[in-house]
Amino acid sequence: MPGEVSSYGAYELSRDALVAFAAEYDPQPFHLDEEAARDSLLGGLAASGWQACAILMRLNCDGFLTASTSLGAPGIDEVRWLRPLRPGTRLSVRRTVLEARRSKSRPDTGLVKFLFELMADDGQPVMSQTGTIMFGARTPT
Amino acid sequence: MTYFDDVAVGVRRELGAFRFTSEAIRAFAVQYDPQPFHVDETLAARSHFGGLVASGWHVAAIWMRLNVKAREEDRLAAERAGRTAPVIGPSPGFRNMVWRKPVRPGDELFFFSEATGKKTQVSRPDWGVVLMRNGALDKAGEEVFAFDGAVFWKRRPIP
Repeated sequence: MPGEVSSYGAYELSRDALVAFAAEYDPQPFHLDEEAARDSLLGGLAASGWQACAILMRLNCDGFLTASTSLGAPGIDEVRWLRPLRPGTRLSVRRTVLEARRSKSRPDTGLVKFLFELMADDGQPVMSQTGTIMFGARTPT
Repeated sequence: MTYFDDVAVGVRRELGAFRFTSEAIRAFAVQYDPQPFHVDETLAARSHFGGLVASGWHVAAIWMRLNVKAREEDRLAAERAGRTAPVIGPSPGFRNMVWRKPVRPGDELFFFSEATGKKTQVSRPDWGVVLMRNGALDKAGEEVFAFDGAVFWKRRPIP
């Protein structure tokens, strides 16, 4: 239902996991090395934004998607990397339903637009993401 | 393209190719996107995809890997030529990411990045923001994946 807010998930981002992801997918110095990171705009070692997206995906899978009728997502409207994600941060998700409707072209498919916020342990988001996920829809009665 | 001020808008940069194997698709998805159609061939065959497909975030992460590699090559080329290397990143976010076609085991994608605009900020006079259209084409030249990116880029120092 639009306006519905729920919170779920727990993921502690270790320094090792942060550096391992960066080494494979985003090997920029400010994701790999404390000293190089200190002199960067991030002001210290911080996770790749793509890792934040991947962690949010994992928390969403465990939180509701894998047990749902999810048909995948056609895309993402917007992602904002709001502040640096530091090693040792404990992350969770705050999910807000923005809109829910039945597909016009495929009546057996429902489209739900969500705002996902990846929350740090200080209660503030490090990333926000808005996008639509497709679900199987109940047969209209 | 050392400084933000030198970045040419409208020039497409080829970032290189990547072939998605079944092993790589499942290895990424087991860790970050364990939906049945990304991790299990049998369940994927019964899904609406009709077979295993890569997580969209895997495709995005590979774009980033090839993008960073291309920039590293630029940096080394600048150093070899005795020029100042560009100072780039991080990114404030992106918009309009689309996954137009499923990426299946054996598919090879060709990644690209193109500067589409530039913005300066009064609050950060040392840095500009370069707007980009990024994505990947398949073998047939059709766009499989794309998004509107943005990245901080160091400006030319004022003498």
